[in-house]
Amino acid sequence: MSPMPTAMTMRKIVIAALGAALGAAAGLSFYQSRHLPEPVVPGPGVTAVKKLSDYFGPLEGTANDVNVYVLEGAEPGGAFLVLCGTHPEEPAGRLAGWIFAENASVSKGRLFVILTANRSASTVTRLGGAYPPDYTIVTPWGGRTFRMGDRWSSPLDQWPDPEVYVHYPSRQELAYIDIRNLNRTFPGRPGGTLTEKTGHAILELIRKERVDVVIDLHEAELQYPVISTIVAHEKGADLATLTSMMLSSEGGFAMGVENSPRALRGLSHREIGDNSDAVSLLLEAPQPFLDATRGRTDRALLLTGRDEFVVRAGKQGLLFEKIDDAGWPIDVRVGRHTSTILQILEIWSEDNPGRAVVAGGVPRYDEVIKSGTGAYLKDVKTADPAKIVYE
Amino acid sequence: MITVLYYALTAFVAVLLVRNFIDRKKWQEEVLYVIVLLPFVLRILRLK
Repeated sequence: MSPMPTAMTMRKIVIAALGAALGAAAGLSFYQSRHLPEPVVPGPGVTAVKKLSDYFGPLEGTANDVNVYVLEGAEPGGAFLVLCGTHPEEPAGRLAGWIFAENASVSKGRLFVILTANRSASTVTRLGGAYPPDYTIVTPWGGRTFRMGDRWSSPLDQWPDPEVYVHYPSRQELAYIDIRNLNRTFPGRPGGTLTEKTGHAILELIRKERVDVVIDLHEAELQYPVISTIVAHEKGADLATLTSMMLSSEGGFAMGVENSPRALRGLSHREIGDNSDAVSLLLEAPQPFLDATRGRTDRALLLTGRDEFVVRAGKQGLLFEKIDDAGWPIDVRVGRHTSTILQILEIWSEDNPGRAVVAGGVPRYDEVIKSGTGAYLKDVKTADPAKIVYE
Repeated sequence: MITVLYYALTAFVAVLLVRNFIDRKKWQEEVLYVIVLLPFVLRILRLK
């Protein structure tokens, strides 16, 4: 037996071992990211924590059988649904929802909050995007770590994708990958993919709970024209316009209004309004982390919204929102969402006293900026363990 | 059902990659096959 095969065999064993070590390190990182626990300490206003499968049974046991936080007031009134984490990679929406779930109190009507509408998408990051696996919000008692998430459901929960995604029921042809995008699969269908079933379950909640207004929280890159705005179904045009006027004059920040396009299907502001009695609104806050011209894609960029390359793009007139060296910090983005929701609640309740929803205990824009988002997250270590729930 | 077929297809390709890795004579090609194999293994193990 010649020595060459032995040397070659040894070399193959070494290369295979190095490959296995690389795979194990990557696999461990992916596993930890997918299973990072996100605790919620329900605030005094939370009267029940339901599951989305309570409204659509086949979702039970899936990645998207998510928590539905119910805040019911002593007085009867209307019902609002705040939808967060439709795109989990847009964290200001989820964090604003967390503030509501852990702080809000409701005296009239009912408020439903879903923190992670597409939980599957929160367990993965964008392929090839070099996203951080998680991020931490600093709090007075330490910090709270959240999953970074992605725009699309994890391929581990829904795979493969088709060549072309045909939206149900419009049959509009969309990008193949958007079959895993919850905000392209509304109103969903009971026998469809996981993402379509999730959309259907949310519609079932809206119909069964007689929800009056749905607010879907998002963030957008500055190179996207739909930014710093409320996208409104025609049923909510007046509500959105008045909210925009109030926020832009007295709320401390500019907020626009866009009409929900009739020709673009699958989006919450279009399909929820068309397929239920609810008014559907979608809020967009600026997030430079999503811009294609960004620099290093790290936790700092996610939380500070500061990026010299996006600033340079702004100087070239390529952006639809202003940006300077101050960036778009997470507290500013979260504060925009909390203030806008509170403003919509107030205007709706004034105009519809019989279907009013009156909520308090939630900080507005200036308060979130002053104290920081972390000031409104509860300390898990001192909370009653029996009350903690996980996203 | 389609998902199961795709997992079977992934496993089949992974086996082919392992066989090619064993048959290679150059170390550069062996490294290449190991790197290409990784995402297939991670998908079969439902890690990514």
